[in-house]
Amino acid sequence: MSSLRNVLENGRLVVVTGSGGVGKTTMSAALGAFAASQYNRRVLVLTVDPARRLADALGLESFGNAVVEIEASALTRNGVPPAGRMFAAMIDTKASWDELITRCAPNADVRDRVLSNKLYRNLTERFVHSHDYIAMERLFEAQQSLDYDLVIVDTPPSRNALDVLDAPRRMKEFFASRLLKLLTTQAQSRLFSLAAKPFFIVADRILGARFLTDITEFFTLFRTMEDGFVKRANEVEAVLKQHDTSFMVVTTLESAPLHEAEFLIDALRERGYLLNTVIANRVTPQALVSQAQIALNKLEASIQEPSFVQAVVKATEGVEPSAEQISRVVSTIARKSAEAVRKGGAEQATLDALHKRSAESQAELCICVISGAEISRASALVALGESVHPA
Amino acid sequence: MDDKGALARSLNTPELQFVAREVAPNLLAMSMNTEDSLREYIRLFVKNPLVSTFGPLAKILDFVANAAPGVKEILAVGKLCWEVREQNYDIVIVDAEATGHIVAQVDAPSILSNLVQVGVIREQTKWMQEILHDKATTGVVIVATPEEMPVLETMQLLDTLQNTTNVGVSAVVANRVHDDVVQGGDVAVFDSLWQAVQSNTMASDVSEALRAPVELLNVATQRRRNEVGNLEQLVARARQGGVMFMSVMDIESHDVDVVTAMTQVLKDELQ
Repeated sequence: MSSLRNVLENGRLVVVTGSGGVGKTTMSAALGAFAASQYNRRVLVLTVDPARRLADALGLESFGNAVVEIEASALTRNGVPPAGRMFAAMIDTKASWDELITRCAPNADVRDRVLSNKLYRNLTERFVHSHDYIAMERLFEAQQSLDYDLVIVDTPPSRNALDVLDAPRRMKEFFASRLLKLLTTQAQSRLFSLAAKPFFIVADRILGARFLTDITEFFTLFRTMEDGFVKRANEVEAVLKQHDTSFMVVTTLESAPLHEAEFLIDALRERGYLLNTVIANRVTPQALVSQAQIALNKLEASIQEPSFVQAVVKATEGVEPSAEQISRVVSTIARKSAEAVRKGGAEQATLDALHKRSAESQAELCICVISGAEISRASALVALGESVHPA
Repeated sequence: MDDKGALARSLNTPELQFVAREVAPNLLAMSMNTEDSLREYIRLFVKNPLVSTFGPLAKILDFVANAAPGVKEILAVGKLCWEVREQNYDIVIVDAEATGHIVAQVDAPSILSNLVQVGVIREQTKWMQEILHDKATTGVVIVATPEEMPVLETMQLLDTLQNTTNVGVSAVVANRVHDDVVQGGDVAVFDSLWQAVQSNTMASDVSEALRAPVELLNVATQRRRNEVGNLEQLVARARQGGVMFMSVMDIESHDVDVVTAMTQVLKDELQ
């Protein structure tokens, strides 16, 4: 297990996973911004989520397949310029597929026929599963690129991340599948194949002969690219298991995201990936909870004391509150901070359980405390990334 | 659609299956499984129950259902439309996939109908589209927490659904909205106290009693201020349909209690 700081300073690829709504994209961007600010590294944050959260997190317009560099001034903190550089990239599924076909096609004729195929265009432009494979392709390219020292990958929510990670394996399975063999078998030999017959009866009935012919043509073309695809799928799988690749699970302390985090911890381990970090996000600052607990006893004891009331009146004299207002605000502070302390205590118990769970999986549990600040610009992201600390 | 067990936990029932099960009076629940959906489809439309269990073919069907792009989407949305068409239930409520996936899902029949010009599938995508595009029958409910990114994403999803699909939006729900810590004129009083605590201008014993509780509540106050700003944007964008508000549930026990409490809020809100 490496510490989070060590991962950011020396790692090559970090894959960030987690349930929807836990702040995964913001966390990816924040850790990237912090790493670029702190270490002399060229950091790329790549989102493979079809939603455009990363652009939102960085306050940027959607930027398609192009890589954009975040201005150094945005990463400057307290007048200190960043030690490294930060880049961000999203995925334009269609453009990425076209690039991949261009590279894998055995000749210009196959390339052009695939690129102009109606089925291909619809599949690559509109469907999410075609996004999954291309996401891994972009991840691999970024990891191999000499332009970046560290690549942080923000994945789609929860199990969709596993779909992305499993995409290369599924692609290999597809090329090895009976389905592809059946689809690409010459028409005459189909007639004599007993195994193929029921399949084509079903397919003909459902899809119609014409669409089936379209599909067959497309997959016959697609099959000519098998070598390129399978080779790349093997390379991607190898990269995910490299020693300098690490995985991260981000969660909040609510019950549904926690269940999902536990599922992901197991699923990543089963796949043989190196889970280095679990981040508990939006945690109530426990030190403040403890201080508030002690202070509350004093507050309750002194709330009726004339000297206390006078001090509060003096502190708020600028807004000229009524005695009733002062009494209401002070009792609200006492009541609601007592509630917050109680919730903080419950969070600590959850955090302890997550700590144990992380340790069992040889992962470091880190905490990011809840902040009142909105985080939508790179400078705020640096501070957020820096605030993530071991539990 | 994307079964993680959360729905079963919320309904306090064992793991859900593809076959719907009554989990409470008049309430049935199921989880989507595209393999089962394909088998059901073949049983219904190919009318040969043996086909889907035939050895080598069964393997192919598994693969088609789970890995082929577009098939998963159409099988899922097709199953839903089928249940609506057959009027098997009075209402079908779908806990859909993540935001980035939803447009491809509701639009799957339209895409497929562009690809297939004739045949059974073509006819089927026709009635699926009729169901999905009839705003009196089908509507998307978008749920967002009142943080900056989910709100931005909701506004983008509203645009995408309106501009690229014919599927209507029935409601936007802001979920887990926090209450004001202090309200009205009391806000200024709280802020003065916060400033006094920060600037160390109070006597030390008073400061000791107030500092940590005020700081703890200030986190909640700041969060609430951000929420209000985000919600204003959301309400402005969703102006036609409006936004429903669901308060954060102050319940630390089981999911089912949260569901019960939310049901009550919705009942009041919808009446």
